[in-house]
Order: sequence, then C-alpha cells, then structure tokens
Amino acid sequence: MSFVLNGVSIRHASVVRSNSLALIDVDLSIKQGEQVALIGPSGAGKTTLLHTLACVHQPEPGGEFSVFGLQPWAMQPAQRHALRARLFLAPQTPPLPPRQRVVTAVLAGRLPQWRFWQAITSLIKPREPDVAYAALARFNLQDKLYARVDRLSGGERQRCGMARLLVSKADAFLVDEPLSALDPTLALQTLAVVQQEAVNRNATLVCSLHQVELALDHFPRIIGLSDGRIVFDAQRDEVTETMLAALYRNTPPTEPTKSAYPEDTCWSGPSPC
Amino acid sequence: MSLVVNTAISNHPDPAWRGRITASLIALIVLWPLLIASEFKPWILLDAQSLGATWHFLASFFPPAHSKAFLLLILQATWQTIAIATAGLTLALLSAIPLTLLATESLSVSRLESGRMRLASTVVRQGARWLLVLLRSVPELVWALLLVRILGLGPAAGVLAIALTYSGMLGKVYAEILESSEAHATQSLLKNGSGRLAALLYGALPASASELVSYTTFRWECAIRGSVVMGFVGAGGLGQRMDESMKMLAGDEVSTLLIIFVLLVACADWVSTFLRKRLG
Repeated sequence: MSFVLNGVSIRHASVVRSNSLALIDVDLSIKQGEQVALIGPSGAGKTTLLHTLACVHQPEPGGEFSVFGLQPWAMQPAQRHALRARLFLAPQTPPLPPRQRVVTAVLAGRLPQWRFWQAITSLIKPREPDVAYAALARFNLQDKLYARVDRLSGGERQRCGMARLLVSKADAFLVDEPLSALDPTLALQTLAVVQQEAVNRNATLVCSLHQVELALDHFPRIIGLSDGRIVFDAQRDEVTETMLAALYRNTPPTEPTKSAYPEDTCWSGPSPC
Repeated sequence: MSLVVNTAISNHPDPAWRGRITASLIALIVLWPLLIASEFKPWILLDAQSLGATWHFLASFFPPAHSKAFLLLILQATWQTIAIATAGLTLALLSAIPLTLLATESLSVSRLESGRMRLASTVVRQGARWLLVLLRSVPELVWALLLVRILGLGPAAGVLAIALTYSGMLGKVYAEILESSEAHATQSLLKNGSGRLAALLYGALPASASELVSYTTFRWECAIRGSVVMGFVGAGGLGQRMDESMKMLAGDEVSTLLIIFVLLVACADWVSTFLRKRLG
C-alpha cells in the first residue's frame, strides 16, 4: 500500500483560531503503482489532500495515516524528512526560481539524494546534465537545457517542473494541476509522459485535475472531493453524469468577506452532506 | 434609501484605513519631542559668524594638495583603507553566513509541517538573532577603541572592528532578504525532502542573489567610510591622514582626501551596478 488514510482530518495551519477543517474524516487507501485522479470544485481540498499525502500537513489526532506502511507522524522529524524524498509533490505553480538555469532547476529533483557538497558543486558545474537533457527531451524541451527559467513561457515552465519529477527518485508522484497552463494537445502529451513514467518505475500517481473529461479518459480511478470531504471514490466506469453534476453543484458560494474577518461566523450556507 | 453615493462613507470601507491614520498621527506625536531633544536648530548654520568660519575653511580647499610626496602618501593610505575594508568585510562574511543560515525562519522544516517551529529550533534561531543584535549594536568605532588597546595602533584593530560590527549587520539583512524572497521554490524543495541548505542554495539564492550582492557591495562602501572614521582613533589608513590634515587645518589636503573618498564610493557603486547587471 502506498497510502492509507483512516478518518484523517486536517486543520488548516493558517486559520488555527477558526474551527474550519480543510479535510474532514477522509478514508482512503491507494495501492502502490495505482493511478488516481482527484477532481472537484476549487477550494474542495484537493491541494490539501495532496499535501497531506506528501507528509506536509499533520492530521488531527484520531486519524490514521500511513505511507509505504510507515507512520510518518510517529517518526522522528529527520526520518520523516527522509521519507519525503520518496514522495514527489509537484505544486500547481512550477516552483522554479526565475533567475535559475533550466538544467539546475530540473536537477534540483535530485537534491534529496545528493550530499551537500555535491549540491554546491552542481551549482558551479551541473552534475548530471545528461539526465536533465533526457528528462526535458521527453517534453520536447531539450533545447532549453541551458536557458534561464525566466526565458520560458508558462507552459514550458510547467513541463520543466514535470521534468524535475522525472529526475526525482520518488516512489509516488503527487501532482497538483499539472496541465493548467497547457493547450489541449500538450496537455495530453504531458499527461502521457507522467503516467508512463509512473508505470515504468511502478510509482503511485495521484493527480488533481480540473479537466474532468481528461481525468475520466486517462485515470482508472477517480476521487471526487467537495468541501473537504470525499464525495465519491470510484472506478471510472462507475462515475456517472449525475455524480459529476452533484459534485460541482454542491459548492457553497465563495464568500468575499471570509478572509477579512476570520472571527465572523454568521454565514450559514446549506451544509453539504 | 438614498441613491446618492457618498464617496466618503462607502459601503465597502477599507479596514486598513483607520489603522493607517492612527499610525501616522502617532508617528507625528512621537517625532516632535524627538526633534526638540536632538536640539535640531538648522538656522544656526546661517548666522554670520558660522558663515565666515565655513568660508575661510572652504576657501583653503582650493587648489587641492597635489605635491608628489603627498600624493604618494595618500596612495599608500588609500590602499591600506581598501585593504582594511575588504579584509574586514571578508571576515564579517565568514561569520555572517553561518549565522544567517541559523536565523532564517523560512528554512525551518518544523515550521513547514505545523506552521510553528519546534522549541529547540526556536531557541537556536533566537540565539542567533540575539548574537547578531549584540554584534551590531556596538558601533565599529567603539570596537576599534577597545581593540586598539589590545592590539595596539594599526590596521589590525580596524579590520577586526569592521568584522565584528558588519557580521551582525550582514547576518540580519541577509536573513531578512532571504525571508522576504519568494518562498515557494524553497518550500517545495523542502517538501520534496531536500536538505535545508540545499533548499536555500537552489530555491532562495537564485531569487535574491542580486539583492544580496548589492547589499554586500553597499556594506563594502560603508566599510571604507567606517575604516576612515576608525583611522581617527589610530586604526591606520586614510582616516589617520585625514585626522592629521584636519588638525593642521590644511584645507587643501582635506579636499584631496575628500576627492579620494568620492572616487572610492563611486567605484563601489560601479562595481555593484556591474555585478547586479551580470546577475539580473
């Protein structure tokens, strides 16, 4: 098993005072090598779930969470940090410093494996430029190997972030909206490369997507999230139009004053069940 | 219900507005007694006696001293000043960089996890910050006065004084530059399991390299000025020459020395611009 979650709730770190939970009572188990798509409206908790799987957010007491059969939050911090090297979290905005060269930004995926002096020497002379080249070539970006990140377009940056995923040595890929800056053709190609890589190394792939059709076409298992809860967790054949309609309809309207006045709790919308 | 939209009382008042007004008023109320306490009376500059004294001293500035012997002496002193500033700043960097790494909060793995830092790391970080405060709260002139007693007259006191004060300043500002830089790259490297220092080198450093370089060259410029001031208390370099010329009321020598200062500062400015362009 890659991930097992049992009654996991996550309180958002930035809003400690309010009682809102970003994830509520999530039960989930994902086998090694499985490919899962996370869908749901904006603010449903997709990113929080991915961060939880990446051992970034600590679940509330009472929930059980294990990764590769290990319990990260019962471990020493150093061991937990070592476990993170086996999980690759790709955030929605590619985390590439604009003034860095592409080769360095891609090879940063190897940092957990490198010793500190290796990291320093690689800044001066890239250690494994061929690895970075091969990874970029799979996204047709090999010409940009020695370009600077700020010379890339938004779509190129996003694929560059995926190239970092390819050079990492992770056993699970947690990918947040990898296709948001790509046109439909590039989106398909990019998704295919990431999925193929996951199959090749028998890595688990959990991917949040806004494009529902793409998720249904390419992922065998679909998890629908809304308002911090799992609404459905089904094989793709079992997902019906009504389930999707319910998933995207049941969202409370966005509330503009909520962040300005966190203590204001007078709003009461229809509670989603 | 009135249809006239009052621009002063909007339906969507800016919640920050009242705070801004209060802060400005408090600043004014606090600043006024400060002006009185510091005996700020600029009109004294303009009375006839001060104007006469200023005029006499300034008149002796022209032409600047340019005898060969004096210029040679100045050249040596300039070289010594540059050497003091550079050596002092290098030593300061050696101690500032490790302290920066200790003091930077965005590199905390425990903060990444829970939004709070563990007690041990909080203690280490606060300790580093207090050490930085201690180092920079004693002015370099005071360090120099102390060190001249220990090491005797000469540049060594100046070098150490600059190293002590500037490591405090550099460490504080470096930590702040790194913390205010875009944290996204560093944080996601940490989330993917890379080490703290590696995350700093690959995440925060490329984003803030040009600011760090420009602050460092600015500090080098300050170190040159600082070493001049310390020359007055016997730490060698241009300051010692300046002290002698001022005491002899040799305006022409003072003006040559001032020209040298201007050139040095301009040179530091040029180096900073050049480096930032290369990194930009």
